Amino acid sequence: MDKAKPTAKPTAVALEDATVAFRLADARVYTAVEKARLAVAHGEFVAIVGPTGCGKSTLLNVAAGLLKPAAGAVRIFDQPLTGLNRDAGYLFQADALFPWKTAIDNVAIGLEIKGTPRRKALEQAQAWLTSVGLGAFANRYPHMLSGGQRKRVGLAQVLIRDPKILLMDEPFGPLDAQTRQVMGNLLLELWTADRKAVLFVTHDLEEAIALADRVVIMSAGPGSRIIGDWRVELPRPRDIFEVRLDKQFHELHREIWGVLKEEVMKGYAQSTQAGGAD
Amino acid sequence: MSRAALLLCQVLVAVVALAMWQLFATVPVFGRIWLPPFFFSNPIDVVSQIVNWFSTGVIWKHLAITLWESILAFVIGSALGILVGFWFARQPRVAAVFDPYVKMTNALPRVVLAPIFALWFGLGIWSKVALGVTLVFFIVFFNVYQGVKEVSTTVLDNGRMLGMSERQLMRHVYWPSALSWMFSSLHTSVGFAVVGAVVGEYLGAAAGLGYLIQQAEGVFDVAGVFAGMFVLSAFVILIDMAVTLVERRLLVWRPTAAREA
Repeated sequence: MDKAKPTAKPTAVALEDATVAFRLADARVYTAVEKARLAVAHGEFVAIVGPTGCGKSTLLNVAAGLLKPAAGAVRIFDQPLTGLNRDAGYLFQADALFPWKTAIDNVAIGLEIKGTPRRKALEQAQAWLTSVGLGAFANRYPHMLSGGQRKRVGLAQVLIRDPKILLMDEPFGPLDAQTRQVMGNLLLELWTADRKAVLFVTHDLEEAIALADRVVIMSAGPGSRIIGDWRVELPRPRDIFEVRLDKQFHELHREIWGVLKEEVMKGYAQSTQAGGAD
Repeated sequence: MSRAALLLCQVLVAVVALAMWQLFATVPVFGRIWLPPFFFSNPIDVVSQIVNWFSTGVIWKHLAITLWESILAFVIGSALGILVGFWFARQPRVAAVFDPYVKMTNALPRVVLAPIFALWFGLGIWSKVALGVTLVFFIVFFNVYQGVKEVSTTVLDNGRMLGMSERQLMRHVYWPSALSWMFSSLHTSVGFAVVGAVVGEYLGAAAGLGYLIQQAEGVFDVAGVFAGMFVLSAFVILIDMAVTLVERRLLVWRPTAAREA
């Protein structure tokens, strides 16, 4: 296993032995994540992969400040995180657009709440919609857009605020296989233009290797831990369609899958016995 | 069925129904009149009564009064409903304390309040407005309360992550969500505003459609009662059409509203 070496770049997100627990309805405590230790360097693209219900999203919510860890610490650019993570943009798995706003208003809102004049916010929003390929759909409401188009609007909505950290929770999960690949390439294209630290949660190992600089594997829950950390040395810029044909890609995939498979089977066995937290 | 054929069938139903009414009210069948004119009047008398009301112009005053009462009841009831709905939804403790009283008041048939309101607010329009308000308030209140409570947590989290303050969340998330719930019950609440006005008038007033019907009933003028009923239904249908127009304008972002349009 090729352990990731510490880098000289500043650390954008650092989870230091973060443990997350939930109180269940019957007063028992469910430990979702146990002592997670993870550092994402500035400009680094890290993918978290794990079986269903392993607490990947939980980890992301901790980094976002939406959840407080029961133990351990979260540091954002070496500052302890209190409250919401103001440096982060969050792309949710479920539909998170404001259904009562048009696409352009959904994108512009990120600037408007910061006090940018509406005219200027709309101008920039239009530019962002164009760069995600939706320039002609500015006045559509979310329900008039396809799932992939909604994700594009979501991406523009997050990126227009120019966050230093991008948190993504299985953002392309609900999309079909082809749209996922197109969205993956779009994401890489936007990310290459302005490298932000990315924490990308997915259950799709291929997607993780194709996109990320590092792939982190989590064990099956409850009390899931980070059990593996691989550096992806595939050259950039990458094309997701072609990178999958690379020999190095296959070797890495086989190596990581060897570890992941066991956890997936465990996770599957648990999910058929009792409902998980995810 | 094509639009024209559908319309034809719909008109046919009315024509047949009216023809039967006229027939059984005026022509003896098997030796007797099945719909005695004293109790059932007949369509021609009813129509001539309606024509008379409109040609002399007496009806306009009554329509205007009823419309005005309905509008006031709707506006005041909605404003109160939105205010209290928001308040309760954002302050669960307050909601918990008042919960039994809200349920109790809502369970009360509002008609029994009419005499009290007549005492408190007199026989003018305000006792009718008050009755309408008690009906409209609860519909709007429950919907706004629900709308604020049922905001999707993902959308809410998204707003927070985009940097919204509590006030901005109110304006960009809670408020539109609550309004969409309120507008989805617009037909019901507007309908109840009219019900409040008419029932109030019926129980004691000096003007309005309800008063007109009550007056006709008082002198056993069945044609007048039916004429009042028909004018009232036409009035409610017109208001309902206006509401539909407003709704389509306001809820363009909703999948169902867009599909109907």
